[in-house]
Amino acid sequence: MSLRKRLSRTAGLSLALSLAVGSLLPLSVQAVEDLEKEDLKFGFIKLTDMAPLAIAYEKGFFEDEGLYVSLEAQANWKVLLDRVIDGELDGAHMLAGQPLGATIGFGTQADIITAFSMDLNGNGITVSNDVWAQMKKHIPLDADGKPQHPISAAALKPVIEQYRADGKPFNMGMVFPVSTHNYELRYWLAAGGIHPGYYAPHKGDTSGQIDAQALLSVTPPPQMPATLEAGTIYGYCVGEPWNQQAVFKGIGVPVITDYEIWKNNPEKVFGVSQAWADENPNTHIAVVKALIRAAAWLDADNNANRGEAVEILSQPAYVGADAEVIANSMTGTFEYEKGDVRQVPDFNVFFRYNATYPYYSDAIWYLTQMRRWGQIGQAQPDSWYMDVAKKVYRPDIYAQAAQELIDEGTLPAEAFPDFASETGFKPVTSEFIDGVSYDGSQPNAYLQQFEIGLKGDTQL
Amino acid sequence: MSNKLINYLETAGLNWAVPVVRLCRGEDAREQANELFTKVGLPLIAVLVFLLVWSIGASQVNTSLGELPGPAAVWQQAGNLYEEHQVQREKAEAFYQRQEERNAAKLERDPNAEVRIRDYTGKPTFIDQIATSLLTVFTGFLLASLIAIPVGVACGLSPKLYGAISPLVQIFKPVSPLAWLPIVTMVVSAVYISDDPLFQKSFITSAVTVTLCSLWPTLINTAVAVASIDKDWINVGRVIRLNWRTQVFKIAIPAALPMIFTGLRLSLGVGWMVLIAAEMLAQNPGLGKFVWDEFQNGSSDSLGRIMVAVITIGIIGFLLDWLMVTLQSLLSHQKPAGH
Repeated sequence: MSLRKRLSRTAGLSLALSLAVGSLLPLSVQAVEDLEKEDLKFGFIKLTDMAPLAIAYEKGFFEDEGLYVSLEAQANWKVLLDRVIDGELDGAHMLAGQPLGATIGFGTQADIITAFSMDLNGNGITVSNDVWAQMKKHIPLDADGKPQHPISAAALKPVIEQYRADGKPFNMGMVFPVSTHNYELRYWLAAGGIHPGYYAPHKGDTSGQIDAQALLSVTPPPQMPATLEAGTIYGYCVGEPWNQQAVFKGIGVPVITDYEIWKNNPEKVFGVSQAWADENPNTHIAVVKALIRAAAWLDADNNANRGEAVEILSQPAYVGADAEVIANSMTGTFEYEKGDVRQVPDFNVFFRYNATYPYYSDAIWYLTQMRRWGQIGQAQPDSWYMDVAKKVYRPDIYAQAAQELIDEGTLPAEAFPDFASETGFKPVTSEFIDGVSYDGSQPNAYLQQFEIGLKGDTQL
Repeated sequence: MSNKLINYLETAGLNWAVPVVRLCRGEDAREQANELFTKVGLPLIAVLVFLLVWSIGASQVNTSLGELPGPAAVWQQAGNLYEEHQVQREKAEAFYQRQEERNAAKLERDPNAEVRIRDYTGKPTFIDQIATSLLTVFTGFLLASLIAIPVGVACGLSPKLYGAISPLVQIFKPVSPLAWLPIVTMVVSAVYISDDPLFQKSFITSAVTVTLCSLWPTLINTAVAVASIDKDWINVGRVIRLNWRTQVFKIAIPAALPMIFTGLRLSLGVGWMVLIAAEMLAQNPGLGKFVWDEFQNGSSDSLGRIMVAVITIGIIGFLLDWLMVTLQSLLSHQKPAGH
């Protein structure tokens, strides 16, 4: 059925719906009959940025779209991706790099797409107390005698050099080879002059430790604090609540948030397999609609609903950590060193700044990082980056879902980008910790600006 | 009358209650009190000492999730878990209610519309997980018994067959469930394909893993038991020309029953242990998954909740064993060992 037909049929209900936004809707009935599949199972990892899924479920947004969804926590990112590929899961909360990595065949080869970006920011880098004590000597203090933020990895460099001089490898954790966290940690380290190592998949090297000064390895998010405590790693990059957990447990100190590494960086996405999307186009739109509403709810009225969201997320079936730990980052503050609580109002952004729109330029940034660290072994032309981005990121599906919400009166058109003129490229930005400017339409030129990292025709 | 009651109690494995009955009957009070002390008093004291040691010991251990929970904290978590169960039930009610309203609205618009009621999509509670684990272990165990008893009897009756499969049994018997699990998972995923499956794949995976690991005690015990039946009995069977069916069902199996039950008892115990491990590793629904999820949550309640699960797993294991023993004493008229 065409979009026009669907819309005309739903128009009558829009008035009633517009009155009920944010509360449990009266039985909405639009589009329900066209759904190819009504019983869905979505996977997620225990992280606060899965919130749109939990909210869409708990607030009944899925049911409003006629969807009966069950949410299932997955053991790690690899299992989650595999289960989406083999169809056990209809879709999942994913690392932005996962659909891209799978599509270009790094790690796993499969066609995964995304029409919904789940959030901006939300991660942090934590080091152990011991490392923090050594780093602190190299960090300038501000007027209050507190460490000056953002903290550069340059302060970590002498510590790593000391470890290396003592013959001890400096191990750090991230959550997955194509994770935002891997790229953020690498970005931060490299910006501070520390080499995080290259991948060379064409030679069978997928450990990413060639030439590395800091050795990065994979640890599932919820196990990060325990691994740090055990001394296997000296620091990690992970999403919330696992940085604040380290503070509460007194085992580590978050040194920087990803907001300070790249202001309003894209983070998780909602991924489905291409095959699933082809078979269930209407269902896909209904899912995206519910997720958009959930994201809007999370950011509505200047984060007024975050307290309720924290309560929901602290349920054992979702994130399950203590509510006070989750609340720390979800309500716009972040605790660095114990007692050093600072305001980071945009620590977790779910809707404002068009957070949910899948921008091609976001996809291309991830691809540039895959190239920078050798996950993409050979040089590729700019057009290749664009082609991959267009294959994986699907703003067209997003736009259909958003249009339905606008027509129903659920959300105003101003809440979304202007779809008629939107190119899918965010304006050029230099809001990175190293001040390098990023233009999504020039990936190769972007890579040229980095001192550490592959660029041009370089091949390992 | 009271003799009969005592008999029942003994059959049901409730030996500790026997002295109470005897006391009521007016038998030698001193002797019965002594008996009662041994059977009830001492275990009670042991439990109390254990609780005391636990609560003192726990307060000494500081984990990153806070103090190790003592008995009181665990008891409180048990209450919380039950409350959560109630809350989920209420949410499920509301969920069904909403569905019915939706379906009614749908039918109103289009009387020919197809409507159906879906199962609740919320998370299984602790109590649901117990039910899932029990169902899985019994399915796996039943499957194992259905294979192991006939094969065991056949092996017992035919030394050649026994000799033939003995190496296989010896090799497969010591394999850990954790080694079977990946294979079972892959095979089930490949073989069990259905659009509207009766059972979830994860349920089949868990059950088959339990089957593979709990086959062996029953099989071996049955084979040995049947093989060591008094040869005279078999000979008598031959002399009076019983057909093989009658020989198997009237002579071999009844004679071997006590040992078959010992095998079943061991199998069920193994199956229960294997199941929890399999659930933890494969994230299949059940108590094992509950434990793993809580470990991952890392909230300050997690350790207490895991301990509730551990104690529950122990008690269920104990009850399963008790069930088998009672069944055995009912069916085989012989007192099993360790009773």
